[in-house]
Amino acid sequence: MEVVVSIAIGVLGGSGIWLLLRPRTFEVLLGLSLLSYSVNLFIFAMGSLSIRAEPIVVAGMAADLLHYTDPMPQALVLTAIVIGFATTALFLVVLLALRGLAGNDHVDGAEDAP
Amino acid sequence: MSVVVASAMPHLIAAPILLPLLSAALMLVVSGRRRSWLAGLNILTCLIGLAVSVGLLAWVAARDAPLAFGVYLPSNWPVPFGIVLVLDRLSALMLVLTAVVALPSLLFALARWERAGVRFHPLFQIQLMGLNGAFLTGDLFNLFVFFEVMLVASYGLLLHGSGRARVQASLHYIAVNLFASSLLLVGTAMLYGITGTLNLADMAAKLAQIPATDRGLLHTGVALLGVAFLAKAAVWPLNFWLVPAYAAASAPVAALFAVMTKVGFYAVVRVWTLFFPAAGSDHFFFGANAFVLLGLVTLAFGSIGVMASQRLERLVGFSLIVSTGTLFAAVGFGMPALSAGALYYLLGSTLTASAFYLLLELVERARLGGDEAALAHNPDEGAPFVVGPPVLVTSPAGDVNLDDAEQPLIGRAIPAAMVFLGLGFVVCALLTAGLPPLSTFVAKLVMLIAVLDPSGLGNESRSPSIGAWSLATLLIASGLASTIALVRLGVRYFWAPQARPTPRLRIAECMPIVLLLSACAALMVGAGPALRFTQAAADSLHRPALYIEAVLSARPVPAPAARAALP
Repeated sequence: MEVVVSIAIGVLGGSGIWLLLRPRTFEVLLGLSLLSYSVNLFIFAMGSLSIRAEPIVVAGMAADLLHYTDPMPQALVLTAIVIGFATTALFLVVLLALRGLAGNDHVDGAEDAP
Repeated sequence: MSVVVASAMPHLIAAPILLPLLSAALMLVVSGRRRSWLAGLNILTCLIGLAVSVGLLAWVAARDAPLAFGVYLPSNWPVPFGIVLVLDRLSALMLVLTAVVALPSLLFALARWERAGVRFHPLFQIQLMGLNGAFLTGDLFNLFVFFEVMLVASYGLLLHGSGRARVQASLHYIAVNLFASSLLLVGTAMLYGITGTLNLADMAAKLAQIPATDRGLLHTGVALLGVAFLAKAAVWPLNFWLVPAYAAASAPVAALFAVMTKVGFYAVVRVWTLFFPAAGSDHFFFGANAFVLLGLVTLAFGSIGVMASQRLERLVGFSLIVSTGTLFAAVGFGMPALSAGALYYLLGSTLTASAFYLLLELVERARLGGDEAALAHNPDEGAPFVVGPPVLVTSPAGDVNLDDAEQPLIGRAIPAAMVFLGLGFVVCALLTAGLPPLSTFVAKLVMLIAVLDPSGLGNESRSPSIGAWSLATLLIASGLASTIALVRLGVRYFWAPQARPTPRLRIAECMPIVLLLSACAALMVGAGPALRFTQAAADSLHRPALYIEAVLSARPVPAPAARAALP
C-alpha cells in the first residue's frame, strides 16, 4: 500500500515537473495540475495510510488514531483541492488570453529563434 | 483612542481580516457602474483599516514583553485544535505598513487606473485581506490559505489594464507562484505528519520531543517551506519572476505589490524564530548560514541588476530585490540589534519602492509627452506654487474629456510639474540608495553598527566574521550602485535636451506620492521611537518562549451557561 501510493505520488510529481518545464502553455497547465494531484495525495498520505478504519468516532471504540483515520489531512486536502482548482481555472483563462494576444502558445509568447 | 482599542480587544484582532472581506463582498453587490460608491467604500475601508492597525500597534506598544501578545480564537475552539490569530509587535508593524501603503496606492488608482478594468476595488480589498491575514495567523495551514487569497487577488490585479505585456508577465507569475504554493503544501503536510499539529506555537513546543531519527524529515519539511517562502520573497535564484511582473503591472498595483515580497520575509522570520531559536536549541537556527549566503548573493544580484537597468521600472524592481537580500542577510545573523535595524529598513524601503512606482508612472508619462497634455482641463488655476515663468500652459477646450460618469477627467495642472517630478525623483533616489539624511540611511547605519560592533561601543568585542564584513561591504556597495544607476537615469530623464511640452500632473496623482514620501520623512524624524519599537519586536522574536506561552495559554470563552454556573 505505502509503496503503491509513494510510486503514484512520485510518478505524478515527476511528470508534473517535466511538463512544467515544457515551452507550451497547455503543457505547463497540465504539469501544474499533475503536480497538484501529487501534492494532494502526499498530504493525504501524511495522515498515515490506514485501511478500513472508521472516519467518525463510534461508541465503544477508544478515540485514538490506532482505531480511526486522521480526519485532519482530509480537511486539508479538501481546502487544497478547492484552491488548486480555482487557480488552475484562472491560469487557463490567462493562457487563452495570451494565446489570443500573442497568436501562439509559447510561454514567452514568441517562438524560439531557429 | 487607547480606551476604545482596549475595550474592543481581543476582537479587534480579527478586524483587519473581516473588514476588507466585508467591504469586498459589498462591492460585489454594488453595480460596477457606480464608481463613486465603490471608490468611497474603498477609501472608507482603507481609512478604517489604517485606524484599526494603528490602534493595534499602539495597544501592543503600550505593553511589556510578556503581555505584548494579542491572541484571538476565531471559532472559540481550544488552542491546538482551532485556528488562532496572534498579534505581536512584528505583525502589528506589518499591518500598519500595509495600511499605509494601501491608502496612497488606492488614491493614485482613483485618479485614472481604476477605470482600466472591472472589479479593481473588490480585488484590492481581497488583496489587503490576504496580506493582513498572513500577518496575523498563528497557524501554518491558515498561512497557506491567506497566501493563496493574497496571490489570487494579486493575479487579478496584475492583469488589471490587460495588454500583452501584462498577460504574459501574469502567466509566468502565476506558474511560479502555483509551483511555490505546491512546495508550501508539501512542507506543511510533512510538518503535520511529524508533529501532528498545525498550530505554529504548538509545533514549536513539540519540536524538542522529536526523535533524532525524524530530524532529517523535519529539516526537509522546513526547508521546503523555506524554498516556498524564499520564492515569494524573491531571493536569488528564485526571483527572476519579480522584475518583469512588477514592471508590467499598473503603477498603483506595483506600489501595493511592494509589500508582497515582504510577506515571504515575514513568514520566514515568524517560522524560523519560533522553530529554531538562536540560543538554547540543539538545532541552532537551522539554515541561518543559508539565509546569510543567499541574502548576500541576492544583494549582489540586485545591485548588478540596478546598474544594468535601462528603464526606471526595472530599476525599482531590482531595488526591491536589493532590499530583500539585505533583510535576509541581516536576519540570518540572528542578532537582535541587527534584526531591529533590518525591520526598520523594511519599513523605509517598502515605502520608498511604493512611492517610486507611483512617481515613475508620472515620469514616464511626462517623458512620452503624454496624452495627458492633450487632456488638460483646468490649467494653473489656483496652482499651489509656480517656479519661474509658467511655460507652455495652454488651455484646450474644457469639455472634450469627460469620463462615463460625466465628470471631468482632469483636475488641476501644476505648472511646476517638472519641479515636482524632479524633486520627487531626487528624494526617491536618495531613499533607494540609502543616502543621508533619510530613513533608509539611518537604517543602514544602524545595521552597519550592529554588524561591525555587535557588543556596543567601548566593550571588548570579537573581530567581525567574514559574513559580517561581506554584509557591510555589500550594503555600502549596493548604495553606490544605486546612486550611479539613478544618477545616470536621472540625467537621461530630466536633463537631456528634449522638445516636449511641460507635463501636466493632477493633484490627485501627486498627493499619494507626497503622502508616501512624508511617511518616509516621518520615519526619519521619528527614528528614535521607531527603532526602539523594532528593537523590542526583534527582542521578542528572539525569545520565542513568550510567544509560545501566550498562544498555548489562551483559553476559549466559556459558553453563557457555563459562565452562569461559575461562582
